[in-house]
Amino acid sequence: MSVKQISVFIENKKGALAEVTKFMAEHDINLKALSIADTQDFGILRVITDKPERARDVLRDAGYTAVATSVLAVAIEDKPGSMAAVLSVLNNADVMVEYTYAFMSSAPGKAYMIFRVDNNDKATKALLENDIKITVLE
Amino acid sequence: MSNYYQAEVETLPTEELKKIQSEKLVKLVKHVYDNVEYYRKKMDEKGIKPEDVKSVNDLHKLPFLTKADLRDAYPYGLLAKPLTDCVRIQSTSGTTGKRVVVFYTQHDIEIWEQCCARAIMAVGGTKEDVVQVCYGYGLFTGGAGLHGGSHKVGSLTLPMSSGNTERQIQFMMDLGSTIICCTPSYAAYIGETLKEMGYTPDDNKLKAGIFGAEPWTEEMRRDIENSLGIKAYDIYGLTEMCGPGVSFECTEQTGMHINEDFFIPEIIDPDTGEVLPEGSKGELVFTTLDKEAFPLLRYRTRDICVLSRKKCSCGRTFIKMTKPMGRSDDMLIIRGVNVFPSQIETVLLEQGYSPNYRIEVDRANNNDTLDVYVELTSEQFSDTVKDVSIKEKQLAEAVKTMLGIKPNMHLVPPKSIARSEGKAVRVVDKRKLHD
Repeated sequence: MSVKQISVFIENKKGALAEVTKFMAEHDINLKALSIADTQDFGILRVITDKPERARDVLRDAGYTAVATSVLAVAIEDKPGSMAAVLSVLNNADVMVEYTYAFMSSAPGKAYMIFRVDNNDKATKALLENDIKITVLE
Repeated sequence: MSNYYQAEVETLPTEELKKIQSEKLVKLVKHVYDNVEYYRKKMDEKGIKPEDVKSVNDLHKLPFLTKADLRDAYPYGLLAKPLTDCVRIQSTSGTTGKRVVVFYTQHDIEIWEQCCARAIMAVGGTKEDVVQVCYGYGLFTGGAGLHGGSHKVGSLTLPMSSGNTERQIQFMMDLGSTIICCTPSYAAYIGETLKEMGYTPDDNKLKAGIFGAEPWTEEMRRDIENSLGIKAYDIYGLTEMCGPGVSFECTEQTGMHINEDFFIPEIIDPDTGEVLPEGSKGELVFTTLDKEAFPLLRYRTRDICVLSRKKCSCGRTFIKMTKPMGRSDDMLIIRGVNVFPSQIETVLLEQGYSPNYRIEVDRANNNDTLDVYVELTSEQFSDTVKDVSIKEKQLAEAVKTMLGIKPNMHLVPPKSIARSEGKAVRVVDKRKLHD
């Protein structure tokens, strides 16, 4: 199952991240996970939130460059080797991972990984066939 | 003691020069009125007949020509000779959008090369010299003009074209080049490269350089003179007139003598079009006198400068113009290439980008840099760094196809482009090009 991630194109400069997270806070958008890709000029802020569609719409209305992207949220055991196992399955299924990041779950012993891949359906099928749980986030 | 290519013309008393100019002008006006519909229409609209122009004093009666006219008339609308009499075309640096194509007859090439020969001899060039031409060859007029001038002088000509700096330096050292012709920024770059390679300014045989096609300062002149161990001279021209050689510096280095037997200069108020007296700062306007294929009457160069007929120690009587002090339009000259912001805007819109952009021009190590910042909208954003980089590369290539030079392209978030009073600041030129 995929989840919607919101990506915001921001400047790589002091205060830019503070500004956009403050904006989201003011619009009651709770951030469950967050990652940033940065280059010299710009950053891409990626967040998992409880209200992705609304988050995208309010950001765009305020003039931000924002998109919603389908990513995979994968629950894995919090122990050595779990990440390697997931990546190995994806690799064997010829799925290309664009990026990935982690966030801790409140469930003990579990971690959630977010994957942006080139083919969600292919990745989901491969992971399910290998008994790796693909989670819908509540 | 001065070194002239055509002493009798270059030192003509002003009254005689005016007489020659008047004779040529009267003939030219009649010729274009009778043979070029575009001119006839423009003159009829202004109510001017060829008979109204009896001398150079009547020049102000004629309508102006602008780059817009050249575009309207593209490609053959201003041609004043049958195409079969033409032997060459040259073109301005922009490859599309604001393209200007200029035609030359044998005679036109001849006078252009004479202009460049005068420029080479004015800096001390003779048939003993080895002239290294590292202006670009091709549609750009730089290479062809100085190349032809060097042949006329009888110098040994090295048609190097631009680029490949190590080879330039190898030829310069091995063949003992004595005069170098290129853009000032390229001359500065060669100077730096020589230093990096461990050469001192005494190691080369260069004595003079003829530099043009882009704005440069007195500070750059001193840097180039020191790094190459030469005297650095300015040359001015524009493709519409012929190319380099419309005017040139002599050893006095206090302005460029305009080849007045071929071109009449005027200085006008760019807003009103009114002709200003000698010594006033204003827009330079040229009328060609000898060109057959592509004569231009009162062509507005958009370059701002001052003219002076103060007596020159070199003995030339041709009026002198200062280095251009700016432009009366928004054209930028970047690495010798004419760039209009609107050309960049056209590319952005064609590629589906927002018209919110900023162009930043700067100079690093005596080389022009061009950075273009464009807002990336949600519609084009697809979340990965790789995708943004690919889009930047594609846009940079598209701009290169249009302009001939590649910018550093930056896709930026919408609010990051500075606006003044609500209006985006489109062009920021950080170079200090004018003293």
